[in-house]
Amino acid sequence: MFSTSLLRVGSKLIGLLLTRKGHFNTLGLRNDFGFPPGPTTKMNLFQSVTSALDNTLASDPTAVIFGEDVAFGGVFRCTVGLRDKYGKDRVFNTPLCEQGIVGFGIGAAVAGATAIAEIQFADYIYPAFDQIVNEAAKYRYRSGNLFDCGNLTIRAPWGCVGHGSLYHSQSPEAFFAHCPGIKVVIPRGPVQCKGLLLSCIADQNPCIFFEPKILYRAAVEQVPTEAYTIPLSQAEVIQEGSDVTLVAWGTQIHVLREVANMAQEKLGVSCELIDLQTILPWDTETVCKSVAKTGRLLISHEAPITGGFAAEISSTVQEQCFLNLEAPIARVCGYDTPFPHIFEPFYIPDKWKCFDAIKKLISY
Amino acid sequence: MATLNSIKNMYGICSHAIRQTTGLRAAKLIQQRAFRVNGALRQQPFDSSEEKPQFPGASAEFIDHLEFIQPNVISGIPVYRVMDRAGKIINPSEDPQLSKEQVLNFYQKMTLLNTMDRILYESQRQGRISFYMTNYGEEGTHIGSAAALDPRDLVFGQYREAGVLMYRGFPLDLFMAQCYANVDDLGKGRQMPVHYGSKDLNFVTISSPLATQIPQAAGAAYAAKRENTNRAVICYFGEGAASEGDAHAGFNFSATLECPLIFFCRNNGYAISTPTNEQYRGDGIAARGPGYGMMSIRVDGNDVFAVYNATKEARRRAVAENQPFLIEAMTYRIGHHSTSDDSSAYRSVDEVNYWDKQDHPISRLRHYMTARSWWSEEDERSWRKQSRKMVMEAFEKAEKRHKPHPDLMFSDVYEEMTPNLVKQKEAMWRHVQQYKEHYPLDAYAK
Repeated sequence: MFSTSLLRVGSKLIGLLLTRKGHFNTLGLRNDFGFPPGPTTKMNLFQSVTSALDNTLASDPTAVIFGEDVAFGGVFRCTVGLRDKYGKDRVFNTPLCEQGIVGFGIGAAVAGATAIAEIQFADYIYPAFDQIVNEAAKYRYRSGNLFDCGNLTIRAPWGCVGHGSLYHSQSPEAFFAHCPGIKVVIPRGPVQCKGLLLSCIADQNPCIFFEPKILYRAAVEQVPTEAYTIPLSQAEVIQEGSDVTLVAWGTQIHVLREVANMAQEKLGVSCELIDLQTILPWDTETVCKSVAKTGRLLISHEAPITGGFAAEISSTVQEQCFLNLEAPIARVCGYDTPFPHIFEPFYIPDKWKCFDAIKKLISY
Repeated sequence: MATLNSIKNMYGICSHAIRQTTGLRAAKLIQQRAFRVNGALRQQPFDSSEEKPQFPGASAEFIDHLEFIQPNVISGIPVYRVMDRAGKIINPSEDPQLSKEQVLNFYQKMTLLNTMDRILYESQRQGRISFYMTNYGEEGTHIGSAAALDPRDLVFGQYREAGVLMYRGFPLDLFMAQCYANVDDLGKGRQMPVHYGSKDLNFVTISSPLATQIPQAAGAAYAAKRENTNRAVICYFGEGAASEGDAHAGFNFSATLECPLIFFCRNNGYAISTPTNEQYRGDGIAARGPGYGMMSIRVDGNDVFAVYNATKEARRRAVAENQPFLIEAMTYRIGHHSTSDDSSAYRSVDEVNYWDKQDHPISRLRHYMTARSWWSEEDERSWRKQSRKMVMEAFEKAEKRHKPHPDLMFSDVYEEMTPNLVKQKEAMWRHVQQYKEHYPLDAYAK
């Protein structure tokens, strides 16, 4: 279905450009992998999604895309042009019902179609929780591998956006991390987005793909127009360092990138930055190898700290790297509140909170 | 595709009737569809000069006085039947006129199911299997509908449709293997008894959560439609499961997305202990169909020919017209909900006996057969003995088999074995080796 996997030929990227003032600066992010030679186009994150879906519909006649408002192009323009190009039987609106969207998607996948379901905001995925956890995740296991819905991919916009408040800002990955049988994947930019989304679509397990909505327009890179995949369950060391390991995913990678620069300039501290990319099943080896080297770990996510995915990483790392640790593992996360509206600047784990946590790690 | 037509909908006809008499007449349900253009539903073109309402959301006339539509649950949607309770054909033109061989097959499948149910229910009582659910009284719904389908049609069930699988040829050994969770179980011992599945027979593996299969069936039917290979999907569920949100989702999706799908509701009077008057207040499940724009019918579920006729026609049209059909099969759950239930706690023995003795799908078919001299007392005696022997042999064999290898606890979580699970499996075996006297290893395959 897709062309070659990645080669290490060096980065070819312009860098992520900010189109408006946000809580991070994304210039100069290096991609530590190569992609196949061939034409690239400047794409933002939502265009990289469209490109992945376009490649899929072109090469897989069973592929269908559905959800609320996808027909006209989607509320975030991820599906613009696809219905005209591939037909109304392949790109279509469903009634307003997330449990129906996912249930329908599971059934289509069971019957052999490549089913790509869109949930309009990750905040609205919960009506589909039963279908995801009790059905999709368990389909293959409970049937003794007679049936499966591996052809199902669920996409949803994710994370803070500046003004989203309780119901347009959530990062629900921790709820799904507790569910064996599904995969949960989160990209940090357009190049990763297209490659990881194509991997999710190709993967023979039901996958949930969360797209950082604040990056839909803000993140712009040169992205290959042809299909390519980035492996799942492989964390990426974006920047090597010796003193502190920083782990995050999605938008927060850009925050930590800046924090790493600040730490270097102001504290002379060398940070190793890891993008986890796949939350479930997660790459314990890469993270533990890094912490064994640095002895210090900071994990950061927007989702509330209690029961957030940083807790799982922290627990595993202390089991496997206990004697390597020079300081307690730091988690810089959202507070244990619903995601607030006017208080967002105080709520989010911004670069100052992360920088301060590094200072404490170093001086422990 | 449906073409522009001017059939007035039922509500149109009856809005006049309502003004004179209260309640909707439960006449033959005719639906109006807004006209279709290339299969896509369009509202009437906007024309502000018209007196008719121009709202995009509904196609209707204006009415100038206040009147609420009264739902009619006293004279609800009528129950289609072919045979009376004594197995006599009422309207000869409705007799499907199946061959003697086919009818005998119906009878033998229903009774074999009944025999298997008796033996497996007992086996749970004796502690041989952990759990069981019988199908007593509902055999007609299984066999009648299964016989009307093509073997390639995909079946999504709830948990009380074993007869569908039996009709398609699932062997007794495999029923038993699943209930015993032994090494022959196609499901690899992972689920409770009666959670059957068969890829070869196009019967999707049962799961415990109710109604989850309903929107899945809509998705599968949509995929089947795109494949264009004349394949239908049938989705079974009970009247209790029909209260779940997933049921609403499935009905709405199948109608809006034009899926070749048969929804088959077994309305057996109870959801565990909850009778229908605590489950819904409307006219059962069939009356919900028109609300979704769906073709609907109510049938006598204990009349195997009525079930057969309705399913056959629904299947033909669902595929030809790419629209869903809702069949509500009225029946009665003669047995307890499961081996974890004692239904004498919430219903009278008299009520159960009535259905067992006076209106049973197996007896009604037998009367049909004996009236044609297709089945004698001797045939009955000999078949009872033979079917019991078949079931007992499968049962005794299943009991002796080992359980599956414990490695199978860790596979099929994902398509591939993940590093995490490899480590956990190794840890489990290290532990079990060290503490082996506390684990029942002898019962499991080596």
